[in-house]
Amino acid sequence: MIRNPKDLTRYTAHERANHWLVGICFILLALSGLAFFHPAFFPLTQLFGGGVWARILHPYIGVIMAASFLVMFLRFRSLNTMTPADKEWLSRAGEMMSGDDHNMPEQGKYNGGQKAMFWAMSLSVLLLFVSGIFLWRAYFSLPVDVVRLGAVVHAAIAAIMIAMIFVHVYAALWVRGTVRAMVYGTVTRAWAKQHHRAWYRQVTGKS
Amino acid sequence: MALQSLDIARRSATTTPAPGVRQTTEVAKLIDVSTCIGCKACQAACMEWNDIRDEVGNCVGVYDNPADLTAKSWTVMRFAEVEEKGKLEWLIRKDGCMHCADPGCLKACPAPGAIIQYANGIVDFHQENCIGCGYCVTGCPFNIPRISQEDSKAYKCTLCSDRVAVGQAPACAKVCPTGAIQFGSKEQMKDYAAKRIVDLKSRGYDKAGLYDPQGVGGTHVMYVLHHADRPELYKGLPNDPSISPLVSLWKGFAKPLASVAMAAVALGSLFHYVMKGPNEVSKELEDELEKEDAK
Repeated sequence: MIRNPKDLTRYTAHERANHWLVGICFILLALSGLAFFHPAFFPLTQLFGGGVWARILHPYIGVIMAASFLVMFLRFRSLNTMTPADKEWLSRAGEMMSGDDHNMPEQGKYNGGQKAMFWAMSLSVLLLFVSGIFLWRAYFSLPVDVVRLGAVVHAAIAAIMIAMIFVHVYAALWVRGTVRAMVYGTVTRAWAKQHHRAWYRQVTGKS
Repeated sequence: MALQSLDIARRSATTTPAPGVRQTTEVAKLIDVSTCIGCKACQAACMEWNDIRDEVGNCVGVYDNPADLTAKSWTVMRFAEVEEKGKLEWLIRKDGCMHCADPGCLKACPAPGAIIQYANGIVDFHQENCIGCGYCVTGCPFNIPRISQEDSKAYKCTLCSDRVAVGQAPACAKVCPTGAIQFGSKEQMKDYAAKRIVDLKSRGYDKAGLYDPQGVGGTHVMYVLHHADRPELYKGLPNDPSISPLVSLWKGFAKPLASVAMAAVALGSLFHYVMKGPNEVSKELEDELEKEDAK
């Protein structure tokens, strides 16, 4: 992709590094976690050096993800406040998905779907972290009913979060010109004007 | 711990049939609490046969010694003092794995082949396949498995599966001086229990009965209790135990449902791309910006 000096900066190097740290942790956690969830996925433990290693590593990776996600949460929290325009965007998300984005309300740096995803993921990570602590027998020993509840919550939220990440990654691939924002931080002006017009106006000062 | 077998009924985290061509008789151990004298010969025989020595602990002021099951103590006598009809009763229960017909440990276990249920009903841990996650502890309705602090593997009573495989009774049954621990086919043990219950009833224990809880499909370690209506008297033996609904949800219903849902989202995304095409930046906008630049 040719980089144009007039491209707009969407993410700083620190923001990108933060995102990828979370992303790498998430992929490792999903692969090792699925292995403990369903026998069909158990062979994934081989990626970690076997079942015992997967069991040892998973919670430590979880702690790294929770910490790096917290930093990302603090960075982007204020940009993700829901507005009436976001709600309207969400109510018209079907039109967008079917390929017609002409009537979508004007969006700031993030659209309603991205904001909804941000809050859903924040809640998921919090729940996964707390329930994960319940299951971490190397360091914690809680009453069995708490552990059982933790196991159900951890598995259910993890499955939901994996599905959400599929949507998150797919959205980035589907909307062309998006992945580069997370790789080298810039987007084209046309991309910004089409998908996030309010943000485009804000950063360029143009209409 | 066990030998390679041809009589496996169930194998943890395995979705295809286990080797099961050999059918064996369902066995059971019957513990007659009413004739137990609390001598702990069963505990000694257990550690001797399995050749495991627990650390010597401290007296905590009661007869229970060791105070709880550990990765190295697979059976312990639990002593309860209760008052019934104005008389003291010393209820001594040998605690250990119940070898459930529907084992919660096996249901929860994520490691293929770490927990085996044999056709004879014995539920055995194969520590070489154990990953040390502790899900068996989460799944067990009787609070039996213990994770070793040394090797992070789960351990519990094997019902001497190695002895039973060669036609011997478990070490604890062999050594019991009063015959309070009996071993045989599950049918024989039920018949024997029925006789003991008639005897106990004739001696005034009109609620005497067999503890073979159906909530876990019955067990392969059963108790004769003087107060079968109140098993909790015996140091918290659960009344009507079953696999927790949370464990059933987690390792039953949720497993296929979540797997299908995740696959559906992934495939749905792919098909969306194929059918709707990518969301490209419009050529109009690009041209418009190029014109602006040219000015």
